[in-house]
Amino acid sequence: MMERPLSRRGLLKLGAAGTAGLATGAGSLLFGRTAAAEPDHAGHHAMTTVGDIRPGGFDPTAFLTAFDRGRESRLPSGQVLREYELVAEEREIEVAGGVFYPAWTYNGQVPGPTLRCTEGDRVRIRFTNRGTHAHSIHFHGIHPANMDGAFEMVQPGGSYTYEFDAEPFALQLYHCHTVPLKRHLHKGLYGAFIIDPREGRPPAQELVMVMNAFDTNFDGENEVYAVNSVAFHYQRHPIVVRAGELVRIYVVNLTEFDLVNSLHLHGHFFRLFRTGSDLERFEWTDLVTLGQGERAVLEFTCKHTGPFMFHAHQSEFAELGWTGILDVRGPNA
Amino acid sequence: MPEGRTRRWLLGLGPLLLLGLLLAAFFRFGPAGVFRKAFPPVEELTIERITLPGPGRIEAVAVNGGPEAVTVSQVLVDDAAWSHEVLGERTIPRLGRRTIRIPYPWVEGEPLVVTLVTSTGLTFSADVAVATQTPPPDRRYVATFALLGIYAGVIPVFLGLLWLPFLRTLRRETVEFFLALTVGLLAFLGIDALIEAIETAGRVPGAFQGGGLVVIGVLGAAFGVQAVGATRRAAGTAPGLWLAKLIALGIGLHNLGEGLAIGGAYATGEIALGTSLVVGFLLHNTTEGLGIVSPLAEERPGLGQLVQLGLVAGLPTVVGAWIGGFSASPVATTLFLALGAGAIGQVVVNLWRLLGRAPGAAGGLVPRTAAGFVAGMAVMYATGLLVPA
Repeated sequence: MMERPLSRRGLLKLGAAGTAGLATGAGSLLFGRTAAAEPDHAGHHAMTTVGDIRPGGFDPTAFLTAFDRGRESRLPSGQVLREYELVAEEREIEVAGGVFYPAWTYNGQVPGPTLRCTEGDRVRIRFTNRGTHAHSIHFHGIHPANMDGAFEMVQPGGSYTYEFDAEPFALQLYHCHTVPLKRHLHKGLYGAFIIDPREGRPPAQELVMVMNAFDTNFDGENEVYAVNSVAFHYQRHPIVVRAGELVRIYVVNLTEFDLVNSLHLHGHFFRLFRTGSDLERFEWTDLVTLGQGERAVLEFTCKHTGPFMFHAHQSEFAELGWTGILDVRGPNA
Repeated sequence: MPEGRTRRWLLGLGPLLLLGLLLAAFFRFGPAGVFRKAFPPVEELTIERITLPGPGRIEAVAVNGGPEAVTVSQVLVDDAAWSHEVLGERTIPRLGRRTIRIPYPWVEGEPLVVTLVTSTGLTFSADVAVATQTPPPDRRYVATFALLGIYAGVIPVFLGLLWLPFLRTLRRETVEFFLALTVGLLAFLGIDALIEAIETAGRVPGAFQGGGLVVIGVLGAAFGVQAVGATRRAAGTAPGLWLAKLIALGIGLHNLGEGLAIGGAYATGEIALGTSLVVGFLLHNTTEGLGIVSPLAEERPGLGQLVQLGLVAGLPTVVGAWIGGFSASPVATTLFLALGAGAIGQVVVNLWRLLGRAPGAAGGLVPRTAAGFVAGMAVMYATGLLVPA
């Protein structure tokens, strides 16, 4: 193996000598070539990004189960009041090992914190804009026109308080509604917003998955796809769930530029509650396709243990980062 | 006088010393910051070469021709993130170069795209038009190109030499026609080389200044040929022979550039060295051989000298192809094509002068020389049609 590059050089020298003078460029042509042996890579193909993101920043694993229920108190009427703080700020985030993206964030993270409340709660979100562009928060759900975040733009340094009764119960979402919309969305101003039904959902291991993507070179197409921002994170750090226990995944599609995104879970079928706004009717499937802004609640119980892949069934998205592994372990493992 | 010499050195180096001090002060005390923007500089990375050393293996060579260091963070092949190995640091300094090995199961005969994603998320791509295993640099490869060079470079030149007895039977006016034809051939070749040099210059990473390389190559070769010509003439070499040597040199440089391009294209699977390509080169370059011998119509050069002419003109194709196959770089190809263009240009000027000065010549442009000139270009064009690459 080591001999080959050496004999290559020898050959070139011979050739150069043969045409005295005319080949004086040969030496400079070779400049910079490494003489290292070539390891045999055959059989080691790996569709993945290389390297992990820096520790200490956004942790996609922690994000799966992080719910911001706000500061809870009671109004004189007895209604539950939940108060949240959201701050728009610009921050560079790492979306794949060593690839940094100049994001616009809610509370310094993409996706923004998962806000959670119960139907009928009064929610009060104090929004401060510490960015350099106007922003807003547009919540999906039923609320007054001036709480919709579509017309009242919050200028840099300004703030606005959104207040409304949470309805209807569903998996909602929130995002900036400032134009140009494409830019304000793909830069990262979005998050999941869960309004639980009054009677609650059955107890389960709950996971939040925001399908998103990043156009890192700003050419109108995404270079990096993921759930919860970091390419292949859950492939490198599989999500551990217990067999025999109910698993519930809140899936929100906030992918920009591509019309649809999807989630396919290997080795399982799940109950698919579209928009999560109905507790009775569901579809029984293993693949859910969602348009931009659509969301769904998936429920399933694992029968077999072992690693199960889940990924976008758009192969291109899967290969650009949107692939993960569910590590199903036995009840006592 | 030693004192005088010291003084001269001081006077010569003084401004350089001051320049150094100024630069040091500039970086130490500023205002360097004034010229630095708040956002990161635009990165520039060029994938200079992609080779497929074997099934399931891709090798890409990236060159940083931009203003600042660039870090390669991820690699995509055909829009899929792929594992890879960067030989050396992931951060490539300005003018630096890195080889990246990607274990990817490429498909024979199909195109593929390699994309490098930098730390700032910018992407730099290069494609392989037809994926096929890069010929290993073994004996067979070397022999293939030696054979190509002999067919495309050496044999045509020697065939051209065989026209020498024929040229000697011709009347002076007819010889003038053939000389003008040679001027036409060479002018076509020179312009062709210049255009190719400019095209290749477009693929040269920015910092290496493709345009500058073309200018240096063309003017450097032109002046070099002129200077060599003047020396030879002073040494008393027969005018026809030195002109023939200059032509051989110019064509040799051109063929070196051409060989680099052929070798590079072959190594990266852009061309298959089919029979038609070899036949095309054979016919095309036989006219080059005619060009070399036409100034010798009235001289009696030795056989050794004729062989030398043939080798100088033809062998560089072989050498160029060898080098190009192992390490084609747009920088080298641009430079050699430009050198060829400049050398041929200067030879054209010399030949035209010879045409005007020949004893009894009508001098310069007359109908038969004009016809010869156009015919030369037409022959080059027609035989060029046979070269598919």
